[in-house]
Amino acid sequence: MDRNQSHRQVATMKQSLFDQGYLDHEQFNQLEELQDDANPNFVEEVVTLYYRDSARLVHSIEQALEKSPIDFNKLDSYMHQFRGSSSSIGAKKVKAECSLFREYCRAGNGEGCMRTFQQVKKEYAALRKKLETFFQLARQAGPVDRARRPK
Amino acid sequence: MMENGFSSPRTEAFPAGLRVLVVDDDPTWLKILEKMLKKCSYEVTTCGLARDALLKLRERKDGYDIVISDVNMPDMDGFKLLEHVGLEMDLPVIMMSVDGETSRVMKGVQHGACDYLLKPIRMKELRNIWQHVLRKRLHEVRDIESLEGIESIQMSSINGSDQSEDAYLFCGDDLSSMRKRKDDKDLGDTSSNKKARVVWSVDLHQKFVRAVNQIGYDKVGPKKILDLMNVPWLTRENVASHLQKYRLYLSRLQKESDQKPSVGGVKHSSDSACSNSAVSFNIQSSANLKQNDVSSANYEFSGNTVNVEGSRSHRDRKGTVSLALAEPQRTLTVDVPPTRMPKGSRIDFSHPSRSSKLDGKFSALDSSFSTPFPWGDHTAEIQLKQEQKPLHLDHGFRQQPALPRHHQQPIKLNCLSSAAAVSSRAIGIPEKVEPLHGELWNNVKHIQAGEIVSSSSAIQTMNHTTTSQHQVVDEIPATTSSTAKNQCLDLGCIPNFESMQRGPNLGLLPYPVLDEDLQLFLIQGGSSLGLQNMGFPEYLDPGLVYEDQINLFDATRFDRENNLYDPTECQLIDQGLFIS
Repeated sequence: MDRNQSHRQVATMKQSLFDQGYLDHEQFNQLEELQDDANPNFVEEVVTLYYRDSARLVHSIEQALEKSPIDFNKLDSYMHQFRGSSSSIGAKKVKAECSLFREYCRAGNGEGCMRTFQQVKKEYAALRKKLETFFQLARQAGPVDRARRPK
Repeated sequence: MMENGFSSPRTEAFPAGLRVLVVDDDPTWLKILEKMLKKCSYEVTTCGLARDALLKLRERKDGYDIVISDVNMPDMDGFKLLEHVGLEMDLPVIMMSVDGETSRVMKGVQHGACDYLLKPIRMKELRNIWQHVLRKRLHEVRDIESLEGIESIQMSSINGSDQSEDAYLFCGDDLSSMRKRKDDKDLGDTSSNKKARVVWSVDLHQKFVRAVNQIGYDKVGPKKILDLMNVPWLTRENVASHLQKYRLYLSRLQKESDQKPSVGGVKHSSDSACSNSAVSFNIQSSANLKQNDVSSANYEFSGNTVNVEGSRSHRDRKGTVSLALAEPQRTLTVDVPPTRMPKGSRIDFSHPSRSSKLDGKFSALDSSFSTPFPWGDHTAEIQLKQEQKPLHLDHGFRQQPALPRHHQQPIKLNCLSSAAAVSSRAIGIPEKVEPLHGELWNNVKHIQAGEIVSSSSAIQTMNHTTTSQHQVVDEIPATTSSTAKNQCLDLGCIPNFESMQRGPNLGLLPYPVLDEDLQLFLIQGGSSLGLQNMGFPEYLDPGLVYEDQINLFDATRFDRENNLYDPTECQLIDQGLFIS
């Protein structure tokens, strides 16, 4: 497909991610603005870094949930970090589930925490898939604003 | 290019090339922030751990202009890092967090953060961070100039009220005029006038601490420390400002070790205690800071957020307490109309037990008192006073300019600590004071001065600016609990007044004297001020007494010469006033 079409596809997909609430448009757009010649794949790098780093947090949370009795303070602390991290890429749904999780945590509701965490993981995985597709499209479409010809 | 007081020359036009140190344990955010800051044309260094950050800062002293740090970090609490940076390097620090809860933000500001950003952070927020660097520089210069200005004013004020008035005017307008001058000046000018920023390396700080311990914390003072440290290029001002921070830091430690539930600092006091007192502590320092109107006596602490809103209104009233007399702007002191202090407002802030609490609390206040002076220990307080002077001056001045700034930390002036009621000086009782204050406040409330709270800074300024008069006044208003303070002051002052009236007291009494007094007051008043329910019922003297005193005070207030507070007298008073 031609360049314009590719770009339009990318734009459409991005818009749908925003509309469906997966991504926060302000944050994501800001990341895109940071992308430049020096870092042409900045957004993708950031997302990759996010998933890599947050994986250990997810793991820690899972472990903490399996303990008995549950250490809610620790859980809350992990989730706080996870939430902060998710805000970096504008992972809206993930962040929302994290907030819900923290409420259960504060209430000392282990059952609620576990349930919510399943949701968190679900959103987390779903977003990852969408973004993978998105980046693939973006790579295919090539750089948007720069009229550089690949050498 | 202009250096703007930065120690290392820049090749680009400010703010480009601003050297930023970013500290965040989240690698994703670190990467993003790095990129964002680079886009602002800043020079970025990143750190994933607080300890690394401190190492880097110590390695390259003066190698950074500003630090941005996350609040939650695994190895060290962001607030601790903030304190260290403030103490050792005196750099502006911006805190970040995904958590925007008011209490957290407040904590940040109280610990001295010059700003608190919420994640996700926007580019436009980062583009503006240079203002904090510039502002700090300007304030430092201004402080020095103020100090000089004030001293000269004091000198001249001895000669007559006219002069003092002028001085007041000067003081009053000082901030604005200074600011104006600064603004008009080229940044280059400023930097040329500006003293070099002192970087408090670990070694230097160690020397400092050793000197302090050698002298004895109670007796410590910038001049003494400076002499002991034997660092030729260091100035008294440098030491004074560092001492301020150090006191704050210690009081915080104290607070932590005391583990007193802080009353929410000022908050509590405002909520509960100051019902009648106009003191409404607004912890929003930033909001309040904007007001440069010191005279309103509401010292709004930026950091500590002790905003004595109430005092403002009271201010107008009487004027007695309010330092406003002296320097409208400077005196943050609380206007505690004498009338307010009824009944024996002698707020005996010095509750021995409480004092310790207050001490901790005061850290916010910065007024040297905050540290571990037992309130019951008047001697210490008195001694403190002596030291305080230099500090206050600094603080006072600092405060002034700082007012508009939100981050100010500490209104150092505020002597919050329980100080006793007496000194209205105790300005701004930062939250730390709370626990103590609570009790004190109860009493205070009754007493009501409410306005006092203005912040010790006011007091300080007062001292500095005006000569004798202010001094007295300072005492009263300064503290947060206007009532409490005033009362104390009055009570305390009365003896002095009378004696003072006998003859010109030192109108000009060298600053030190005043400061001491203030300090004393601060200490004393510190605690009382704020706080909310301080239980001093027994201390309150019949209002009549107070009123009389207040009148005396008023009369003497204007008579600068008479106002000088005689520390020894105070001591006597203290004994009487404070319940140990």
